[in-house]
Amino acid sequence: MELICPAGTPAAFREAVDAGADAVYCGFRDETNARNFPGLNFSREELREAIAYAHARGVETFVALNTFMRAGDEEIWYRAAADAVALGADALILADFGLMAHVAERYPEQRLHVSVQASASNPEAIGFLVEAFNAKRVVLPRTLTVADIARIGKRIPCEMEVFVFGGLCVMAEGRCSLSSYATGKSPNMNGVCSPASHVHYRKDGRDMVSELGDFTINRFPAGEAAGYPTLCKGRFDIADSHAYAFEDPVSLDAMGEIDALRAAGVSALKIEGRQRGKAYVADVVSTLRKALDATPAERERLLARMHGMSEGQKTTTGAYEKRWR
Amino acid sequence: MRIPTLYALPLDVMPVALIERAASLLFKRLLVTHPGLFDRLGEFRERRFVFAPVDLPLVFKVEPEKKALSVCRKPQDFEADARIEAPLFLLLALLEGRCDADALFFSRDLTVTGDMEAMLAMRNALDDSNIDLPRDLSRMTGPLAPLFARAGNSLRRRALGEETAAWN
Amino acid sequence: MKRRPELTLGPVYFLWDGPRWRDFHFRIADEAPVERVVIGETVCSKRQHFIEPHLAEVIERLERAGKTVILSSLALVTLEREGRQIRELAEERDHLVEANDLSALGLFAGHAHTVGPLVNVYNGATARLLAARGATRICLPPELPFTSVEKIAADAPDVALEVFAFGRTPLAISARCAHARSKGKIKDNCLFVCGDDPDGLTVKTLDRQPFLSLNGVQTLSHTCQTLLGDLPDLVDAGISSFRLSPQTCDMVAVARLYRDVLDGKRDGADALASLADIYPDAPFSNGFHHAREGAAFIARSRNASG
Repeated sequence: MELICPAGTPAAFREAVDAGADAVYCGFRDETNARNFPGLNFSREELREAIAYAHARGVETFVALNTFMRAGDEEIWYRAAADAVALGADALILADFGLMAHVAERYPEQRLHVSVQASASNPEAIGFLVEAFNAKRVVLPRTLTVADIARIGKRIPCEMEVFVFGGLCVMAEGRCSLSSYATGKSPNMNGVCSPASHVHYRKDGRDMVSELGDFTINRFPAGEAAGYPTLCKGRFDIADSHAYAFEDPVSLDAMGEIDALRAAGVSALKIEGRQRGKAYVADVVSTLRKALDATPAERERLLARMHGMSEGQKTTTGAYEKRWR
Repeated sequence: MRIPTLYALPLDVMPVALIERAASLLFKRLLVTHPGLFDRLGEFRERRFVFAPVDLPLVFKVEPEKKALSVCRKPQDFEADARIEAPLFLLLALLEGRCDADALFFSRDLTVTGDMEAMLAMRNALDDSNIDLPRDLSRMTGPLAPLFARAGNSLRRRALGEETAAWN
Repeated sequence: MKRRPELTLGPVYFLWDGPRWRDFHFRIADEAPVERVVIGETVCSKRQHFIEPHLAEVIERLERAGKTVILSSLALVTLEREGRQIRELAEERDHLVEANDLSALGLFAGHAHTVGPLVNVYNGATARLLAARGATRICLPPELPFTSVEKIAADAPDVALEVFAFGRTPLAISARCAHARSKGKIKDNCLFVCGDDPDGLTVKTLDRQPFLSLNGVQTLSHTCQTLLGDLPDLVDAGISSFRLSPQTCDMVAVARLYRDVLDGKRDGADALASLADIYPDAPFSNGFHHAREGAAFIARSRNASG
């Protein structure tokens, strides 16, 4: 199985390549991708250099254009697709049907991957995307069990890529407006979830309070591990009891499932984290590379210390395990 | 031979002006070695960033647009747009992109307040910059150069040692 | 001249017991000035059996009253039996069907169908693509600002467009059931606790500020999106129908109010005051429409235009 690794900066890109990625995915420095964060991502020139660096080492580059085109400004996305194709991207990762149709028509030779943001969660949906846009690979939503994936694998005419490590969307990806409900900015439209522009951290006594827009998202007592200020991992009050309504601050680690995922027909394992530092990329990619080739017992030992890199310093197998639901 | 480190310096009594001069020299040196250091900041170049090591009696303010670094001694403080607090070795490790800021935030080793966009842009700018303190500082000239080079190496060892420990 | 704008009653997102669901639709059939009614479980396939015994009589009553009945598909399709339901709906020829996920878009292609607000249509290119595959009406996602709605309408003139104009806004859907979790259950053994909250279960912030509303695997806004004051602009932009999403309030009164404003019989601001009496449980919002945070409500002065 291929290891697909994140890069938010050219430095992280090189770390990912050097640490053993089979492919690195990245995006342009604008709203055409779902990690449109300040100071992150690639200029055209940086992408050109990155692709050359990767190709020289036999590594592929996937360019994420996985937001939804803003009506009237479609040209921004079309130009990004044209540039990514011209720069030699090995695949484009797309979510918007309009953009998929455009790419399939203009660049029929270009390899098209379906982003997790498209929310293709079943064989019929994937069949639709293959038939309509000649998609070659689909990144499956983090809402499926391993058994679901195995069942889907038998019935679809394209490759499957699944997330195994990093940030975990609790909601079906690409179908969540929680962020824009609180801030006006969403993953689909702006490429941001809980944008930094609307995040505030406040000390209240010994607690750290995180706020998103006008809403309190969490309150961490001193010493308690923290998470991102995303709504789906916030602590709320339901019927007078305080709890994580959707999910704890936690990250995905499904490396324990890789044998089952391989058996299910998965072609590629994806690591989340384009917003993370190059140290994270280097550490996670090299560790997962080793784990892929290790025995299950060794694998467990290799992965044990990865908890420290995770939100809330905890990991979960998420939806891959049926009980999570 | 005992390796001199910033921790061993008498920072409590040294004149702030002297510390500021030395720190500014370092800062200027980094800007010469990494001229594109603040390119990724974009519109956030004009913000004021405060770095407050929790284990030093000092507070540092960086103003990218002015290419200026200022120092004051606690409990004095700077007004800033964005502020980050952590032990010095972690701040330096972040400067070099040797540890992941999000992981340090999750483990509560690092505290950020103020303008999070500006802080994120700064983090990403530093992360992409390939700063290597021992290497960059060893290229410094002048009477303080050997001291800086040794301090850089010592901090590196300390940072890497503690960082690995924290993740195990 | 533009056609008279119409009203669509969306599917009941909440779990109402069978008789309540039936009686609600009977009254809609008899009294509500809506042109079409979307029915069928949309949120959670486990709930299907609550309404199934009453489907035929509800359809019959609505059609007898002259309403167009549209059968809704599930929003999140992962299980084998859920996939089977979509395939069965795709064979339906007596009624229009509404697609709420990608599998439905794929399977409904080639036959006239509508597209619900849970499908990502953010631009004219996508709207045209879906229209070419058989979509005759698309209810745009609630998250869209007016600027986008206007451009899509201009860019895709051949497909009828609808806007989500009343109701708690559907914000997210998950494989995991937060509603069951909040009551100490898991999805597979939920005992249908979502049925205890027919208008949603309020999620407050730690500062006790009402924020979201749980409905099984779906998360809705606490606020009620209401575009009463924004209808004239939307009609001018070419929006041909407005969706009213059922809440536990008097939906007949809601429909009458929207009808009156669309007919120019009542002014938007004045109607808004009446709406607050009809549905006092949720504050209003229209922030998405104004490209602001969805929870916001932007009041407009009477003489403002555009």
